[in-house]
Amino acid sequence: MVTRLESVDVVLVGFGWTGAIMAEKLTDAGLEVLAIERGPWRDTPTHFPTTFAQDELRYYWRHGMFQETAQDTLTFRNNRSQTALPMRRWGSFLPGNGVGGGGVHWNGQTFRFLPSDFVARSHNEERYGPLLEDMTVQDYGVTYDELEPHFDYFEKICGISGQAGNVRGEFIEGGNPFEGERSDHYPNPPLRMTFSQDRFAEASRQLGLHPFPGPAANMSRAYVNPLGVHLAPCTYCGFCEKFGCGNYSKSAPQTTIIPVLMRRNNFRLKTNAEVLTVQQTPDQSMASGVTYLDANGEEYFQPADIVVLCAYPLSNTRLMLLSGIGEPYDPETGHGVVGKNYCYQVMSGVDIFFEDEYTNEFVGAGALGMIVDEYNGDNFDHTGLGFIGGAYIGCWTTHARPIESHPVPEGVPSWGSEWKKAVRENFLKHTSLSVHGASMAHRTNYLDLDPTYTDRLGRPLMRMTYDFTLNDRRLTQHITPIAEEIARGMGGREITVNHRRGSYDSMPYQTTHNTGGTIMGSTPVDSVVNRYCQSWDLPNLFITGAGLFPQNAGYNPTGTVAALAYWSAEAIVNQYLRTEGPLVQA
Amino acid sequence: MTDGNPNIPAIGVVAFVAALGGTDIIAQELNYTQIERGRYLATAGNCVACHTDIENDGIPFAGGRGLETPFGIIYSQNLTPDDETGIGHWTRDDFYRAMNEGVDRHGEHLYPAFPYVYFTIVTREDVDAIYEYLRTLEPVQSVVPENELPFPLDVRQSLLGWKTLFFEEAEFVPDPDQSEVWNRGRYLVDGLGHCGACHTGKNALGGDQEDEYLRGGTLENWYAPNIRGGLNGGISHWEIEDIVDFLGVGRARHTAPMQRMGEVVGLSTQYLTEGDLEAIAVYLKSLDDRAPEVPDPVDEDRYQAGKAIYFDNCAACHAADGSGVPYIFAPLDGSNKVTAEDPSTMLRVILGGAKAEPTDLAPGPLAMPPFAWKLTDEQIADLASYMRQAWSNSAGAISPDAVADMRAYLEEHR
Repeated sequence: MVTRLESVDVVLVGFGWTGAIMAEKLTDAGLEVLAIERGPWRDTPTHFPTTFAQDELRYYWRHGMFQETAQDTLTFRNNRSQTALPMRRWGSFLPGNGVGGGGVHWNGQTFRFLPSDFVARSHNEERYGPLLEDMTVQDYGVTYDELEPHFDYFEKICGISGQAGNVRGEFIEGGNPFEGERSDHYPNPPLRMTFSQDRFAEASRQLGLHPFPGPAANMSRAYVNPLGVHLAPCTYCGFCEKFGCGNYSKSAPQTTIIPVLMRRNNFRLKTNAEVLTVQQTPDQSMASGVTYLDANGEEYFQPADIVVLCAYPLSNTRLMLLSGIGEPYDPETGHGVVGKNYCYQVMSGVDIFFEDEYTNEFVGAGALGMIVDEYNGDNFDHTGLGFIGGAYIGCWTTHARPIESHPVPEGVPSWGSEWKKAVRENFLKHTSLSVHGASMAHRTNYLDLDPTYTDRLGRPLMRMTYDFTLNDRRLTQHITPIAEEIARGMGGREITVNHRRGSYDSMPYQTTHNTGGTIMGSTPVDSVVNRYCQSWDLPNLFITGAGLFPQNAGYNPTGTVAALAYWSAEAIVNQYLRTEGPLVQA
Repeated sequence: MTDGNPNIPAIGVVAFVAALGGTDIIAQELNYTQIERGRYLATAGNCVACHTDIENDGIPFAGGRGLETPFGIIYSQNLTPDDETGIGHWTRDDFYRAMNEGVDRHGEHLYPAFPYVYFTIVTREDVDAIYEYLRTLEPVQSVVPENELPFPLDVRQSLLGWKTLFFEEAEFVPDPDQSEVWNRGRYLVDGLGHCGACHTGKNALGGDQEDEYLRGGTLENWYAPNIRGGLNGGISHWEIEDIVDFLGVGRARHTAPMQRMGEVVGLSTQYLTEGDLEAIAVYLKSLDDRAPEVPDPVDEDRYQAGKAIYFDNCAACHAADGSGVPYIFAPLDGSNKVTAEDPSTMLRVILGGAKAEPTDLAPGPLAMPPFAWKLTDEQIADLASYMRQAWSNSAGAISPDAVADMRAYLEEHR
């Protein structure tokens, strides 16, 4: 028995960053908006106050903030010759859950993709000729310049701490000389760097590189955002990623947008309610609303004039597949689009151990770091290298949390008294560099519905088929040694290089940057949504999130995810509401 | 929806009101301006806070909120123009008598939980405007519970004696030696604002003590701090704009309104004009106070223990030197709640936490987390004693017993 509810103007599926962004813009335009969130309500004072926010056992080890695999998980395999098995405990990535989503427990590294990242196929083909075989890389259909005002607004909503490198064409010493032209500076100055960043910057400069502070959603000072919400200065406690911030110092939907939304009469939120399908009108020309299940197992149909998918990319893709919207991608023929171009991030790094000097990495913040961008995107000449894209190399001091972090040099046993001794000696004298590599789309990496395994409701789990590609391997092989060279210049006793070799392993944590599956593009043949993130099939269905990325760039995704959500919201308000039809003719 | 939000929704204005009271000449007052003025004045008086059963999401102005007094629980009256249960049959004269004399339409004495002790100075013109506004509300049939008072207080006639002692029917008389702004400020503070209801110390019978005027008072186990702004006053270090920020924005350099005062700012003062807020500030800033007594020094062991506890638990937000983060985390150096003679509010906030009131201009969810589960009575006594003598603060030590009492009270009133 499905209870039919009264229709609303807009229903949002999922209430993390993009849900909050959409809700804010659409309620501001006078629409009645209902957000449906699978997880619980969460706010700073109640759910992660300073008195227990830093509970490592609860949040790191027991995954207090994340989606529970008992509720929903996925199956994984490296390639089509294997049988995918369910992930029963998260490893390589940690999907969020609850109000605020991943925005609650992120680090706050808030980059803008490069202008060339948005035109990855046309730009690289023009400069280097055809891409490697089977690379399904494509242009976004929207340009950096079009997104610029939205990047800028999100940075102001978040109070990003950083140093601009290019404001209206004027290059500024100390910023990223490669970044796209900005209309304005960051709203807050960079965070205060520590010993490790100073060494990294010095060593980078020795190599002729241009280090700049990582753009941080951790506050370098007290800040009031354009919506009137206060954020407090970061205390550098080192509990960002996997944790909520009890100090109001990390931008999250909770600390920037939700407090304003909850005061608006035309906004409503339903928590602990899981959307099951997007429904279509009988002629399959429009979305008619969504069905969802509440905590009592009651099923409801929520009609809506506009449906926006704001869940995590993996969930958005699965919802599309389960709802039968759009043609599922077939890696054999290359036809179909839903589930296509699943991409990730190609991570490697270097550990550096000092002898007499203290790094004191427990003084950290999620986005406290110095970065060099010389080897990112198309900031360097790829001629003859056999790959496209790149990586930033960064020295982040995010934390030294005692349960999670006890780096020891190579050769130390992994347990016992020798290990303990090494932990004791190195705990305060370690830092690391991270190489944050792009992940380029390939014909054989994709998402579809698993033929065997089902969730608690008997619905197929989503299946991920993924491995690093030739482009990925060449990329990381080329750039990791550069990080190694910088690390050698930092004056440590010894270093350990952590290469990214072999097949993708879904267990060791790498990053929660799962992209693609509901990609955007210029034609319905190669994308799920158009340049305004509007479904090619159902014009009143919009999709947000990193699932839109046709391929992933060498940066953390949130800045670009947010800019795309604002861009799409603007298109809904300024264009869609007038025509209520496709904003791009197929 | 999720968390209970105490916001009162906007109130629709009923265009036509059937039962207009009395036979006065009314045509002129029934215009838009008069009703608007009445709405504004009702907001200044924060009528809605007591006359709405906020805890149970009651209908605005329909009454039924239980007000905890030292003598028992008194339930507020339905102010909507319902004939049976509201003030439908009340005339403007009836209404003025209630505000001015503290008696109802039948001449019965009203309990001073309805603060007519203050409202008595409100001008007839202003009271009439409020009356006109209340007539525009949709009539709501709402029977409020019987007051929970012991004999003989449950007999309204018993109030006569109280009124003889502590109430004087009055009209506002401007002080010609003071500015117009100052006089406006005093009119608001002493009249509709009824600030003294919380901020003035009471005698055993609940009457205002004249020599305690706005020097702080205790109500429902909250200590409403000293708000005199002149020499030695509790907010002598606040500037006029700080007071305006506190009342108008809901965030000031020194602190944010929380709990009961949060309600006042959230429902009332944030909607007042800047001019009126400035007038209130000017008046408060003119009130000097007695020099504080010099307390005995805190025992050194206790001071050092408190300092360590402070550093571990408090310094990340309130800063090691007590300077806080202005507009966000209250500076504790110079705080009128930390150094108050009655430490109730400080102890209560440490034990039970407190949320800053979200306002239109400052919607953020700032809150102080509770420490009852984390710190013992002894530790909180150490901490509180330290803070009372750290930095420029100068107030006496706090005993673990005082903490234990507050802890017991909070457990009882969870």
